[in-house]
Amino acid sequence: MSSIGTGYDLSASQFSPDGRVFQVEYAAKAVENSGTVIGLRGKDGVVFAVEKLVTSKLYEPGANKRIFHVDEHVGMAVAGLISDARQIVETARSEASSYRSQYGAPVPLKYLNERVSMYMHAYTLYSAVRPYGCSVIMGTWSDYEGPQMFMLEPSGVSFSYFGCAVGKAKQAAKTEIEKLKLADMTVKDLVKEAARIIYIVHDELKDKQFELELSWVSKDTKGRHELVPKELAAEVENQAKQALADIEDSDEGDM
Amino acid sequence: MAFMGDMMNPAPLWHNGPAPGAFYNFPGNSSSFGPINHTVQDFKAHSATPITTTTTVIGLKFDKGCVIAADTLGSYGSLARFRDCPRVLKVNDLILLGSGGDYADYQYLKDIIEQKIIDEQCIGDGLQLKPKSLHCWLTRVLYNKRSKMDPLWNNYIVAGIQDGEPFLGAVDKLGTAYEDGTIATGLGAYMATPLLRDAVEKGPLDEESAKALVRKCMEVLFYRDARSFPRYQLGVVTAAGVTVEEPVELKHDWSLAHMIHMK
Amino acid sequence: MFRNQYDSDVTVWSPQGRLHQVEYAMEAVKLGSATVGLKNKQFAVLIALKRAVSELSAYQKKIIPIDDHIGISISGLTADARMLSRFMRTECLNHRYAHDAPMPVGRLIGLVGNKMQICTQRYDKRPLGVGLLVAGYDDQGPHIYQMCPSANFFDCRAMAIGARSQSARTYLEKHFNTFLDSDLNDLVAHGLRALRDTLPNEVDLNTKNVSIAIVGPKTPLRVCDEAELTQYLSLVEGEERRGGGAAATGDAGPAPEAGDERDPQPQVNNIV
Repeated sequence: MSSIGTGYDLSASQFSPDGRVFQVEYAAKAVENSGTVIGLRGKDGVVFAVEKLVTSKLYEPGANKRIFHVDEHVGMAVAGLISDARQIVETARSEASSYRSQYGAPVPLKYLNERVSMYMHAYTLYSAVRPYGCSVIMGTWSDYEGPQMFMLEPSGVSFSYFGCAVGKAKQAAKTEIEKLKLADMTVKDLVKEAARIIYIVHDELKDKQFELELSWVSKDTKGRHELVPKELAAEVENQAKQALADIEDSDEGDM
Repeated sequence: MAFMGDMMNPAPLWHNGPAPGAFYNFPGNSSSFGPINHTVQDFKAHSATPITTTTTVIGLKFDKGCVIAADTLGSYGSLARFRDCPRVLKVNDLILLGSGGDYADYQYLKDIIEQKIIDEQCIGDGLQLKPKSLHCWLTRVLYNKRSKMDPLWNNYIVAGIQDGEPFLGAVDKLGTAYEDGTIATGLGAYMATPLLRDAVEKGPLDEESAKALVRKCMEVLFYRDARSFPRYQLGVVTAAGVTVEEPVELKHDWSLAHMIHMK
Repeated sequence: MFRNQYDSDVTVWSPQGRLHQVEYAMEAVKLGSATVGLKNKQFAVLIALKRAVSELSAYQKKIIPIDDHIGISISGLTADARMLSRFMRTECLNHRYAHDAPMPVGRLIGLVGNKMQICTQRYDKRPLGVGLLVAGYDDQGPHIYQMCPSANFFDCRAMAIGARSQSARTYLEKHFNTFLDSDLNDLVAHGLRALRDTLPNEVDLNTKNVSIAIVGPKTPLRVCDEAELTQYLSLVEGEERRGGGAAATGDAGPAPEAGDERDPQPQVNNIV
């Protein structure tokens, strides 16, 4: 693949002979190297879970969050280059704020998604800039629309999802997510599943330390995006660790 | 190469293109041709008179917090036109804001303050805006507008808990700012201030007696202020949080009216 | 260091999804002399190793005060550090003016990070080649933040950056559990020991080449004068050193060290 790219992959404003824009694909590679992020959309809300890799013991626990609030009702979980992701978060906040100021109402997620993905797409059109090296998942719950979730990629493409995963272990995570009947599950069930999936797909050998970040927005939170309360988060994390230990035990049994 | 702006403030790479919060106007569009597009209409706003106005706001500090009261009338000149204009605002868990004067200017600032609070919640670092900071910020904004001869025609009272202590401050349309234990704006400055100060001099108040005193002041103001209204709102801020009550109706007693002889 | 065709512009992604220009900028931080930041329950402390370009010149300042409650210690290109410090000072001043309150440290860091990121995405800009350790005190207590040329920032319990800083980080990792409960003197002593681990055996800390800044509750940022420096240095005088500088891995940079306080890179005198 990359051999065809040589010579046509130095600028985002160049197509390769087989019609690909390689700079955009390389930007997507940056996302693949980051910690896994999953989003699950259920019956009454949306849950995000992030495998936040800790690269040094000297960092404060709980710092460098990868889940952000955009306005009161939208949550954004990011994967890829964190500094690029923070710019996207600022952009989204600015869009939400200007919508609120113009129309006097919280921005609908479909509209916010349009604006942010058009913005990310613009950076894939010119050689003067480079594509953003981050994928973001945005989610909300509202009375009239119910739960919604979109994932935006560095190419500016975005789709609405019931369940999605990005990052290192996205294939393994997607396999696990496909086993769930998302449309029937409430956020309380989803939080447990999300924590369990992250623990399962986390690679113990390559990255030892990680922190689990969990957030939700649902009917119970009245459409406000919040981090999952500490007690509940600790509880589901313990259950996830237990589930993982059970699997490992049963594996050893098979040997 | 042309000057690209310094490292910290680079010049934008493109104009009329994708920008957060803006409408996208790509070049070559018919809307980008023609004189209409080029002249930004230049309104020189000189707010000379307030249009829909609200009257007194009262603020009172008590031992553990503050109370603010204001009626719900929007007057259109001398016409008592809009009877449901609430103007006691919960800003966040630490701050209560009351406003008097032009109602449109209050609504404008209310949106901006609410967005400020949303931005702060998005940062999510657990720090909340404090009343003194809001008071200072309001002063800066109002003073700046008046210096451009375009004031926001309002009187604000900021009440809250600053580092554990009750805080009460006022800012007016000129940007005059001060803090005090008792504040009343509009006609209340003449009518309610003596009542409030008298009570405070006698000794520290608790929440119930402070609310009772403020209700008494609202009653007196209804009898005497020609632009007042018997429905009013009370807001209380303590360390436990902020509550803004639903508007209540004043009980007014005109039975002594027969004693007033006109010669 | 490898060279490849994807490393000439910051707007070019490599096939592996890396930005080489940003990574090269991070190398510039490793060229600067070491600096350590650490905190206990109340105070945040920055300790820096100053460098003199020649015997005739004074030692270049490493610690820049930003506001009464925030200070930074730099490693890398001094000119880029000046631009960042000017931006940070302006933001802090504006916040104080409009809000009558000191700027929360975390929020300032967020603003700086976003500014730095802009430089990593345009063809006509380059990433800022300086790493910062930011020490600050606000309503949430003391903070130490590390900022990188990649515009990434990290909230740290303790951190060291600069040449041979791996030894300092190793020391900090061993001892950081004791920092929170240490008093100020012990904290500074730990920092000095961590810094000393980055030095080659023949060189030692003295009041000329060390800079210490302290900030805390009711303690506006203060860069220590000579008397205080002597006092703190005496806390760690004569102690045995663990792990000399020469044994450090990875981030030592190209040239082997000559045995004196001046670093043998006179041509790179824009880096401190």
